[in-house]
Formats: sequence, structure tokens, C-alpha cells
Amino acid sequence: MSRILHLLRLSGAASIQDGGRPGYLRDGLSASGPMDRLAHEAANRLVGNPPGAAAIEWGLAAATLRVEGGPVRLALAGACGPLLLDGEPVADHRSFVLREGAELTLGRPRTGVFATLAIAGGLALRPVLGSVALHRRAGIGGRDGGPLQEGDRLTLAGPAPAGEADVGLDPVPLESDRPVRVVLGPQDDHFTQEGVATFLTATYTVSGQADRMGYQFDGPAIAHGAGGFNIVSDATAMGSVQVPGSGRPIVLMADRQTTGGYPKIATVISADLRRIAQRRPGETVRFEAIDLAAARRCAQARAAALDALPGHLCPVAGEAERLMAANLAGAAVDALGDDAAS
Amino acid sequence: MTHDAPRLLACGDTAFTIEFGARIDPALSARVLALDAALAARALPGIRETVPTYRSLTVHLDPLTADPEALGRAVLALAEEPLPPVAASRLWRIPVVYGGAFGIDLEAVAAHHGLDPVSVIERHAAPEYRVAMIGFLPGYAYLEGLDPRLALSRRPHPRPVTPAGTISIGGAQALVASIAAPSGWHLLGRTPVRTFVPDRDPVFLLRPGDRVRFVPTPAEDWERLSAAAEAGETVAEWSEA
Repeated sequence: MSRILHLLRLSGAASIQDGGRPGYLRDGLSASGPMDRLAHEAANRLVGNPPGAAAIEWGLAAATLRVEGGPVRLALAGACGPLLLDGEPVADHRSFVLREGAELTLGRPRTGVFATLAIAGGLALRPVLGSVALHRRAGIGGRDGGPLQEGDRLTLAGPAPAGEADVGLDPVPLESDRPVRVVLGPQDDHFTQEGVATFLTATYTVSGQADRMGYQFDGPAIAHGAGGFNIVSDATAMGSVQVPGSGRPIVLMADRQTTGGYPKIATVISADLRRIAQRRPGETVRFEAIDLAAARRCAQARAAALDALPGHLCPVAGEAERLMAANLAGAAVDALGDDAAS
Repeated sequence: MTHDAPRLLACGDTAFTIEFGARIDPALSARVLALDAALAARALPGIRETVPTYRSLTVHLDPLTADPEALGRAVLALAEEPLPPVAASRLWRIPVVYGGAFGIDLEAVAAHHGLDPVSVIERHAAPEYRVAMIGFLPGYAYLEGLDPRLALSRRPHPRPVTPAGTISIGGAQALVASIAAPSGWHLLGRTPVRTFVPDRDPVFLLRPGDRVRFVPTPAEDWERLSAAAEAGETVAEWSEA
């Protein structure tokens, strides 16, 4: 009998995301995949999955889940709210078993936006173009081409967990007080010197228009040069900072349009994409330009950190340790909250 | 300038763009496609995928395998070489029902240019277009070859939704839309052809470099062609060059 993960209650956004669907940019399809790739990979590591396994990505969501047909090993990473197993607190960034009949409640995160719930063995879903990641505008992946809905019943893949030990992992801090690093270009020459200076010195606030396609910011207008704010469309990257006629920057994200006709003043480095993704409407960002060699070193450091994740997994067992882990994780989240508020 | 020197533009640590120019020009598009083909033939380490557009080629890369600066310089050097042009690709004949509820801006476009709607249809259906890029959303085909006498800047207020299969023009560009989406372009007609169908083989109908002709089609044929498209047929005819 197959096991079913039953989404009893849901408020907020939730979708299935795996490593994404690369290879179709030339066909107009962006890759989707996790908004916070580090959180996605950490969650999957915690339950023993390979990186890029299908998981649930929550966006400022609260939810209640049950499993039917047998137990399932789970782990939550990223922007985590209070996590309760039959009313008892469970730590995030550690794996645990949800038994049949028990109820798991995820609260809305106090800071950040996206959390990943990894499921040992993954989900039994039909891939579209090699991936089960939801691309909402294209209507593919996820749950029949759409986001998760309250009442959804997800069939689990793989065997039920054996008696492995629960493991934990320290969350990687978001360093919310540090500027988000960008490399100038491809069209920084479409802006005045003052415009570039505005972009690199002003504080920008995430607007209400922020989703998996892109984050629009409010703040001082960035002045375009004599060429104006239209270009003949060219390709975008995840992290492209395009500036439309309003002068307010938009950072393009995982489900973005693959081409666009606004000049792009800069590109957020790959290692800092999660720091954009985890900012919520009303929170602020400053941008700092670094050179390409430094950006590459950041990507290398990030990759090394991801490769090292399994070595950092530490066994967590017993109720005392569980409660201690819950307290430690709570303190870490509080520290992040202080950073975000500063 | 008759022959722009290509430029290398940084797009962060995971991509760069080789820009051949800043305008819509068949000569630029031909160079983009030639570079794209040359890169595909060479399979340089670290390249993940490439995106041709009207006037540039964006190269997405793995920064762990390749140094973006060194790879960018190598691709720029290749772009500066005379590369063999890409041979003409497939010719598609795409049925279009013009005007009325199918193309709600036909009359306005005609009025703007001082033409009658039939002349707009004739001028839109006359050229052999070339697919310069697929972009924005999956399967959206951006064409070059629009009669300059039809060129018209975009609408000041985009429509929040336009239907799948919309045939529209904006500036000097012509477009075949795949799925429903917002648009600020002028809607001349609709085709039952779907350039993106996830569970059809092929998923994506058109490729950069393909040629396209629009075939004016009576509204009476819409239901039959739509039903066929719904059943997974391409309903567009094509022939090799």
C-alpha cells in the first residue's frame, strides 16, 4: 500500500519544487526550482535524499499534515515557523519521523519567506520535461500544473523509513544586515553615472509585488541614460536586476520571463539569490558591486559548503536532545530576526 | 556602422551575453544563430545552455567548471571570427483567423496607418518571417520580417490577459503567443496552433531560425482546427528548406 501525505490545512503559498528544469531557456521556459537552494539541499540532506529531490516549498505558509499508510521521515529547512508534532515542539533543521495518525503543524515563519519540507524517498509525481518543479505560468509540474491546495493528497515514493537516527544541521545564516552582492551589467551603460550610484547607495524596500517570478523594489528611482528604458529584448538570468520606466529595480527569480525589454543594471551573484528570496515585503536591501572573480569565489565557497553538509549532520536522539535542539534553533532564528530588523 | 564589433557583457557569475548590436536586423540575427551553432559544435566545458535573441547570445555556465571571464573571452573571440551561416531551417505555414473577436486591434491598427483592415491582413500575411528568438514565456515566438509599414509602438496600457495563440505586433516585431498572458502588443488575430504543449511530442513547435508564413483562415474553420489542436495535432504545416 502506498503512503499518502495529506495536506489537511494550508494558508499561504506552497508548491512542489525539485532541483529545477534547466535546458529550456532557449524555448522560453525558465528553470523554476527552489527559491532558496541552500535550504532545499539542506532539507534533502537531512532526510538522506540526493540533492534536488522533490520537496514541498512553503512561501509564508502555515499548514497541517498527516501521513497515511505508514510513517515518513521529514525535515524542514529555510525560513521556518514553529513546528509542532501532535502539539509538541520539534526543531527545524533536523529530521524526524511523522507516524501514521500523528499531526504535523507548520506555523508561519517569523522571519524570511521560503522553507523546504523534504520527504525521505521523495514524491511519486510525473515529471514534465524532466522535472516535477511547478512553473505556474507555464502550467507544468507541481500538482497537475498548479500549486498545492488544501486537501491535496501526495503519494510518497520510496520505502518507509527504517530505524535511522534523527540528524540535525546548523542553519546557514542569511546575514540580512549585509548588502546583497551584484556584478554590474549587462546594461549598466544604459544608466547615468548618478543612476548607477543611486542603485549602489540607496536602500530599497521589497514591495508587495514579490513572488517566484521576481521581486519588485520601492525606493529612489534609478536614472536611465539617453537611450531610455527600452532595449531590444535579450535574455535574463536568475538574479537579473532590470529597471523599467519607473526607475525601481526588479530582481528576476526562478520562474522569471526568459527574455525582457528593460535594461538590466546588474545581476545578483548566485550565492546571494537566497538573501533576496528570503526578504519579505517591507524589508530592505542594499546592493554592493563586486567583480566577477570575487563573485566566482563566492559560488565556489557556496558549493564547498553544500558539499560539506553531510559531514555536518549530527545525530539528535531522545527527548532532552530534541528539546535542546528546539531551543537552539529558536535562538538562531531570533538572532536572524535581530539582523533583519536592523 | 555596417558591421558592429561584438561585445562581451557580464551577467553575474553564471552567465554572460555576446551582444552583436542593439537593433532588430536580420544580419545580426544571422550572426547570433551562427555563433550558437558554432558553440553547439564545440561543446566547451562549463556551458550549460545558450539563448539566442534578435541581437545577442546569452551563455549560461557552471562557474565551478568554467571561469566566466575566461570563457566569455573565448566565446567573444569566436564571435569575432567569420562563422559559417546557419542554413535555412523549416518553413511553417500557420493558419490565422484575423480581426473581429480573434484580433480585436485589427481595426485600430488599420485606422492608425490609414489602411483598410484587409490591407493590414495582406501586409501581415505577405512576408516570410524568421523566428529570431523564443522567449518571455515558453514557446513565445518572436519573428523578424514585419512589413515596416505596419510597425507601431506598444499600447500604453498592457492588457492583463490575452488568449493562447494570439498573433500580435509590437514595434517592428511580430509574435506568435503560446499560452494566455498579459500583453501590451496589438492583437491582429489568433491561431489554433499551439507552439508549447507539455504533453505533446514535440513540446515546443518552433525553433530560432525556423521560417514562418501566416495563412489567412476563415473564422468558420476555427472550431475544426481548434479541436484538432486540442487533440494534440500541430495543425501547422511545415516543409524542410
